Amino acid sequence: MSTAIASQHAPLRLVVAGSVDDGKSTLVGRLLHDSKSILADQYDAVESASRSRGATEFDLALLTDGLRAEREQGITIDVAYRYFKTDRRSFILADTPGHVQYTRNTVTGASTADAAVVLVDVRNGASAQTRRHSALLSLLRVRHVVFAVNKMDAVDWSQDRFEQVQAELHDIARGVGLGDVVAVPTSALTGEGVVRAAPDWYTGRPLLALLEELDTELEDTAEPFRMPVQLVIRPRTAQYPDYRGLAGRVASGRVQVGDIVHASPSGTASTVIAIDTPTGPEQVAVAGQSVTIRLAEELDIARGEVLTTDDPIAVTRSLDAVVTWMGDAPSSARQRVLVKAGTKTVRGMLGPVTDVWDVSELRWEPSSAPLQLNDIGRCTVQLAEDVAIDDYRRLRGTGAFVVVDPATGATLAACMSGADLGALVP
Amino acid sequence: MTIEAAPPLATDVAALRDLESESIEIIREVVAEFDRPAMLFSGGKDSAIVLHLARKALWPAPLPITLLHVDTGHNLAEVIEFRDRVVADAGVNLVVARVEEWIADGRLQERPDGTRNPLQTVPLLDTIAEHRFDALLGGARRDEDRARAKERIFSIRDAFGGWDPRRQRPELWHIYNGRHAPGEHTRVFPISNWTELDVWRYIEAENVPLPSIYFAHERPVFERDGMLLTPGPWGGPRGAETLSTRSVRYRTVGDGSCTGAVESEATTVASVIEEVTVSRLTERGATRADDRLSEAAMEDRKREGYF
Repeated sequence: MSTAIASQHAPLRLVVAGSVDDGKSTLVGRLLHDSKSILADQYDAVESASRSRGATEFDLALLTDGLRAEREQGITIDVAYRYFKTDRRSFILADTPGHVQYTRNTVTGASTADAAVVLVDVRNGASAQTRRHSALLSLLRVRHVVFAVNKMDAVDWSQDRFEQVQAELHDIARGVGLGDVVAVPTSALTGEGVVRAAPDWYTGRPLLALLEELDTELEDTAEPFRMPVQLVIRPRTAQYPDYRGLAGRVASGRVQVGDIVHASPSGTASTVIAIDTPTGPEQVAVAGQSVTIRLAEELDIARGEVLTTDDPIAVTRSLDAVVTWMGDAPSSARQRVLVKAGTKTVRGMLGPVTDVWDVSELRWEPSSAPLQLNDIGRCTVQLAEDVAIDDYRRLRGTGAFVVVDPATGATLAACMSGADLGALVP
Repeated sequence: MTIEAAPPLATDVAALRDLESESIEIIREVVAEFDRPAMLFSGGKDSAIVLHLARKALWPAPLPITLLHVDTGHNLAEVIEFRDRVVADAGVNLVVARVEEWIADGRLQERPDGTRNPLQTVPLLDTIAEHRFDALLGGARRDEDRARAKERIFSIRDAFGGWDPRRQRPELWHIYNGRHAPGEHTRVFPISNWTELDVWRYIEAENVPLPSIYFAHERPVFERDGMLLTPGPWGGPRGAETLSTRSVRYRTVGDGSCTGAVESEATTVASVIEEVTVSRLTERGATRADDRLSEAAMEDRKREGYF
């Protein structure tokens, strides 16, 4: 956990996941409403929509269900992004659908999240979807996972029932390799346990107060330095005839003027002589910053190289990966694909599938069947050229890649190099 | 708990710099991966921010991006003057698609209500095709509207410019996939994660120039549907509507027939921020008649290829 002072926290990127009827949209509506991020015209629009649908009360879910089809069918079909601020922190919230067929959207929301809130209906306890989401969050290495045990008002805030569900959740968390998790009793409907305090028997903080305190990856500058090169900036203008800088966003760690940086896969190295940032020249750049780095020697470095300092990155043409399949059509053996890792795009070929993740048993099953939409499997991807890549378990920013259909451009899979589902290594 | 304590906190600066770096990363991806990128530039504050960020992203190199303005002909003079000044200062190429040309040769028909906002789609798509633009940067934000809240940062449009929310690509980590078939193009929204207040705070921090209409000024206006409209080529007061001079400012730049001003005394960025902080209305809800048409107005226009 963080030792940083709360008022200096970076914005928290948050994903909210849960089953269809766990009250997710109501929770998100509650966070927006109680943090006063809902403005009068939005409130009025929802109030009149609630009435026109025959609801007697203000329907918080209507604040977030944005698309026509969703309102008509009463479901959430896509990731929606919401913004709210408290006086301690700003939040970027990805509201993701709970339906099984939209699990790929949960992966989308979780891939950039620092923290996840998983909703569980206290009346039903953990569901198959709870397990699936927990496994995905572990796989994607979301830094903090908080379970909101919701609809507590429907069980009269029963402490016994909460503790039963809490025990179930701790078992699941252990099973999928999530580290320390917290369960908070909530009622999104009434707001208790969300912004306002829960009953006396719960000694922890309400959900929002908890989220205000969490640390983020960007605050973690102890990680090794990584910067994928996006562009080489060479103005060749009268004013800057000799300027040559490597532009990119620092994925992890920090770098400073005087450091020796290595470029991979090319294997070249040089000394940092200047760092240009959006606010001018600086001595140091840290994770999350978009910068342009100038080197002492003019190296033959292009887009797709990754800059490192003393901690090296792996260079390979063969990626062993956990693959979450997102294509509508199943995968096929020897399928020709494009692989995009960081800023590098190379041709690749899928190897045979070796295992699939059994979401109800929470374990790997040997299988060579093609991966279907929303399957999580393991396979090797052969590449036409070297790429520089980390083990996702160690570095999230430079350990991930996506698989793209060369014909349509569609994103077929989200992949984690060397990654695993936590403790359950077969 | 309260939102937005009046004095800016340390978190606001950190949050702004984080958003800035994310936007620069996105713009650099566009420059690196596309052959013919363009940027939608209306002269509004959001497009001014995107241009400002793009110049930072490529600094000190000149910007290899064409600006594209879809001109409804219903502009406030201050906005066009601002547009031309900024374009000259940035040293970039500007393409203007004039809705009036499409009306003049019959490709488009004037609407009975006189608004030209919905008429922008065809000139936009025709101009994209004519110049073979493969990526179009825009200043849309997810906090503007519920349909925009679901938009990806890289959003593929078919040959008709259409947006299909059910076929959106998953957008994973910071790996952006803008590959598209010939005839399709990619819309890219670098300030997706910014809010209206973030935009104003950034304008303040960076001294980003804006058209003068964003600040309080005396202007003859009349009231229609609860909005303050100013007379122009799109018409003036009719029936019982009466003209009066008030101190107003605009929160968005759009077609003059349907973009209203708000009463305001805010003549500086700091006082605008104060107003935005306490405002009880979203900028679109307050001042854009086109978004009030129905619950799904924005979604319907996006499907048809509107920004």
